[in-house]
Amino acid sequence: MHEKSVTELAAGLRSGEFSSVELVEHYLGRIERLDGEFNSFITVTAEQAMEQARAADARIAAGDAGPVTGIPIAHKDIYCTNGVKTSCGSRMLDNFTAPYDANVVSRLRDAGAVMLGKTNMDEFAMGSTNESSFYGPVKNPWDTGRVPGGSSGGSAAAVAARLCAAATGTDTGGSIRQPASHCGITGLKPTYGRVSRYGMIAYASSLDQGGPMAQTAEDVALLLQAMAGFDERDSTSSDTPVPDYSATLEDSIDGLKIGLPGEYFDAGLDDNVRKSVEEAVDLYRSLGAEVREISLPNTGLAVASYYVVAPAECSSNLSRYDGVRFGHRCDDPVDLEDLYKRSRSEGFGAEVKRRIMIGTYVLSAGYYDAFYLKAQKIRQLISDDFRKAFEQVDVIMGPASPTTAVALGEMADDPVSMYLSDVYTVMTNMAGLPGISIPVAPVEGMPVGLQITGNYFDEARLLNIAHRFQQNSDWHRLMPEGV
Amino acid sequence: MSFDQSDVEKIAHLARLAVPAGEARALGGDLSRILDLVAQMEQVDTSAVEPMAHPLQMTQRLRDDRVTEENQRELYQSVAPATEKGLYLVPRVIE
Repeated sequence: MHEKSVTELAAGLRSGEFSSVELVEHYLGRIERLDGEFNSFITVTAEQAMEQARAADARIAAGDAGPVTGIPIAHKDIYCTNGVKTSCGSRMLDNFTAPYDANVVSRLRDAGAVMLGKTNMDEFAMGSTNESSFYGPVKNPWDTGRVPGGSSGGSAAAVAARLCAAATGTDTGGSIRQPASHCGITGLKPTYGRVSRYGMIAYASSLDQGGPMAQTAEDVALLLQAMAGFDERDSTSSDTPVPDYSATLEDSIDGLKIGLPGEYFDAGLDDNVRKSVEEAVDLYRSLGAEVREISLPNTGLAVASYYVVAPAECSSNLSRYDGVRFGHRCDDPVDLEDLYKRSRSEGFGAEVKRRIMIGTYVLSAGYYDAFYLKAQKIRQLISDDFRKAFEQVDVIMGPASPTTAVALGEMADDPVSMYLSDVYTVMTNMAGLPGISIPVAPVEGMPVGLQITGNYFDEARLLNIAHRFQQNSDWHRLMPEGV
Repeated sequence: MSFDQSDVEKIAHLARLAVPAGEARALGGDLSRILDLVAQMEQVDTSAVEPMAHPLQMTQRLRDDRVTEENQRELYQSVAPATEKGLYLVPRVIE
């Protein structure tokens, strides 16, 4: 059953080939048997899952089922889940049981999806390798000596290893698209404001956006349909109408204008990854697309400005962890300052502390203009680059990451080289645009992702373009050996 | 840009983090390298560029001025490290 996509599983549930209870038991058994090796889950909620599966079966029997009713999914442990541990991959929240549900969680539950558990992640979503988790690194199911990418590495690995049919992720600088690329799955970062951030633990609020991860674009469309929409509890939620994402999947892409930014294919890109991405673009040519060279001239400044904006917002957001209201508290504080400092230092890991320190520095008196204001101006330039590009083309294609997944530990002591690997994904977040990564031809057995970036609220077109590719290729069907 | 031990201590205090003396040097080195990366921003003249604070440049949505939240103090305090009579407990701040 686990090799099936969400779409295929939904058909099996509707036809009575299997029940949601059988499906959920099957996946729970797989998690128990296989996840010791991958470490993709922090918490498995077997009991609640069985309860939800029984309810889903009742809905299906009553003819009251939607497309994801009874489908076993997992949530990144950044989403608050009422009554279930919500750790955000941090010691700070190791003792935290969320007292309410995130909007994404309640929407998917209302649609009948069954939560199997909460997936591992880089601590507070800060990392590109999933090695900063308090719960240990996630191993890439394609090669357990390598990272799955991050920060939604647990979700990507769990989908790749078929431990769940789909999963949620969040993407602040590439955290859905890059692990999707490294694990050979499909992952969509929607337009900023498309999916509610309510109950999604904040890292960098002007960049954070939740989205779905699954085997296929068709599945991602079903998940996004349930996740997207206006939420008055998120002040940046968009009230732009949500289209029917499945309705346009099959549309022709004849005449589609694809832009290839020269800056995404420069010397930093691995030659074999380049070949895979170019082959994928060739497939689009054969489907009638027109390919043009374009330029995003400020690409070279994206990482530098991102690593000012994101840490600045992180230092502000993470000031809430004070050892007073929730989360880790140090033993025997001598005074309030000692309580704050020791609780935070014990609760946060090294990468989170680095980003809080950078953020605090760039926002401190006398440095604001030179760093934060400057980065916001570069953000404007990056956004203008995209605006001009979308006057010439419909979508932009390129790699999601300059290389395939690196070896565990390879970047652990070198934050700067890890930051630089985010070059192709951070741009999209700075501008607030939607982007998707889909599997293309692997390199030496390791998955490669093609990133497709669209204009604001153009998710339906991205899914259409991704689906057309998947109708004409089989890369998304490849599974790691031994799962 | 280079961070010495006193810079690290100053920023750590502002961020309410305790940095053990043995770790300050390594952390200072990391921060220096990150700021060297950030310094690439100086390559471009932005004097005529408007800063972008938010991707959608939306105006803040307003709602009617009425009570919408119910009091859930007990639920929210159930995850607090120490409370008493509905109050959060911290070390004594006023002698």
